[in-house]
Amino acid sequence: MGGHFGHGHDVHDAAPVRGRALRLGIGGPVGSGKTALTAALCRALRDELDLAVVTNDIYTTEDADFLRREAVLSDDRITAVRTGACPHTAIRDDISANLDAVDALEARHPGLELVIIESGGDNLTALFSRGLADRQIFVLDVAGGDDVPRKGGLGVAAADLLVINKTDLAPFVGSDLDLMASDAARVRDGRPVVLNSLRTDPAATEIAHWVRAAVGAAHAAAS
Amino acid sequence: MDASLLLLADARLPAGAHAHSGGVEPAVTAGAITDVPTLLAFLHGRLTTSGLVTAALAAAANTHATHELGTRTPDATASNTIAAHTHSGCGRRAAANVAAGAGVGGGWEVLDGEADARTPSPAQRRASRAQGRSLLRAVRAAWPSPVLDALVPLGPHHPVVLGAATAVAGGGPREAASVAVFGTVSGGASAAVRLLGLDPLAVHAALAGLADVMDAVAAEAAGYAGRPWAELPAASAPVLDLDAERHARANLRLFES
Ligand SMILES: Nc1nc2c(ncn2[C@@H]2O[C@H](COP(=O)(O)OP(=O)(O)OP(=O)(O)O)[C@@H](O)[C@H]2O)c(=O)[nH]1
Ligand SMILES: [Mg+2]
Repeated sequence: MGGHFGHGHDVHDAAPVRGRALRLGIGGPVGSGKTALTAALCRALRDELDLAVVTNDIYTTEDADFLRREAVLSDDRITAVRTGACPHTAIRDDISANLDAVDALEARHPGLELVIIESGGDNLTALFSRGLADRQIFVLDVAGGDDVPRKGGLGVAAADLLVINKTDLAPFVGSDLDLMASDAARVRDGRPVVLNSLRTDPAATEIAHWVRAAVGAAHAAAS
Repeated sequence: MDASLLLLADARLPAGAHAHSGGVEPAVTAGAITDVPTLLAFLHGRLTTSGLVTAALAAAANTHATHELGTRTPDATASNTIAAHTHSGCGRRAAANVAAGAGVGGGWEVLDGEADARTPSPAQRRASRAQGRSLLRAVRAAWPSPVLDALVPLGPHHPVVLGAATAVAGGGPREAASVAVFGTVSGGASAAVRLLGLDPLAVHAALAGLADVMDAVAAEAAGYAGRPWAELPAASAPVLDLDAERHARANLRLFES
């Protein structure tokens, strides 16, 4: 058993390394707006960053198909991964299919700066492994109930950015946005929260700004 | 069995197995598996056909890897690794150079070709290589070895990687065959639990009842280790092959294969 090759040879270090794309995980419950946000980020960032997307679909290739149909990126920059009835396993416990997808995208596009990995919709405890995502966004939906941030869970508490999405629907579903924001702040230890509506701000301005800064910081740290 | 080999056999090994059903989802879709008895019949059939082939390939790969581990001096190791890295664009040839002259039937690419020849369904070949690639990443992290590094450019079939990994983790051909056989059965069984909502206690009771068959298949498979690779078993299950092809074209599916 040779010990000649330590972990220094592993290309999957969690920390951003020189010459590899920043991997941004986007997670959250079913239907909270992960694909819509991914599409918005692609449109906002594709002219300034070399980027690609991996979707984790549960039963179909619906999300990847949507992104292709919307032509947010060329087809060869969008890859779908199948998760065997367990979306959180594919982003947390056994990330190999996602790593393979990222590897293949990086091989095809050597200058890649950002890979967005959209998780399949899942429960509040689903968090991306650090072996897969360098940074992660958790997307909640105001229509899912304004008590969700108070219920906490790893996604709400520990994601690098919490997005409370579909704020345009708050008046219709009776969700209290201030309450959601303050409950979230209480468990997030100073990590940022963005209230967002892709209906009123299709460019997801604040979130795109955060992603831009994350990519910039990672590349500055690596060089 | 040693702890290293138990780690290798564990379904929690992060090697991508959770996204594959070992033919169970295609069989469920086709209506062939509906309950625990039909699952058991399916697993028995698979075990004694493609399970035997897989286990024998793993045992052969194990013997070959053990030979490789023995012949590698530190110097040879260094130059082999350079070869593997610099020739990644023409993987098969690089791997052939690395393994030249070793083993019963030639280099790794020959054994990998034997696996190809015994896997008539292109969908199953793709699934096997994808799982091989994921397994290789996991075992290289857990048990770093130049023997495993040399497999990277080839991107071999799952049983080939599994056999090599078992050797690096300290097991022989019988252990390699056992781990392969166990994987064939346990992955499919857990997929059935998820797909059909079967009682997991009843499913595990059925698996326990299958243990003697698993051991017998592993023993038979291990018997091929050290024999010429062309003589490896080639038992086939055409319905599995057809179901796998249909599955790859299906719109709605939870598992990759
Ligand atoms: N009103 C409103 N609808 C939104 C907003 N963002 C997304 N949606 C809609 O919400 C629905 C679900 O959005 P998706 O982006 O598919 O959600 P998802 O999280 O990717 O869903 P899964 O991948 O199935 O878990 C779609 O119909 C979107 O158009 C928003 O800010 N406001
Ligand atoms: Mg989606």
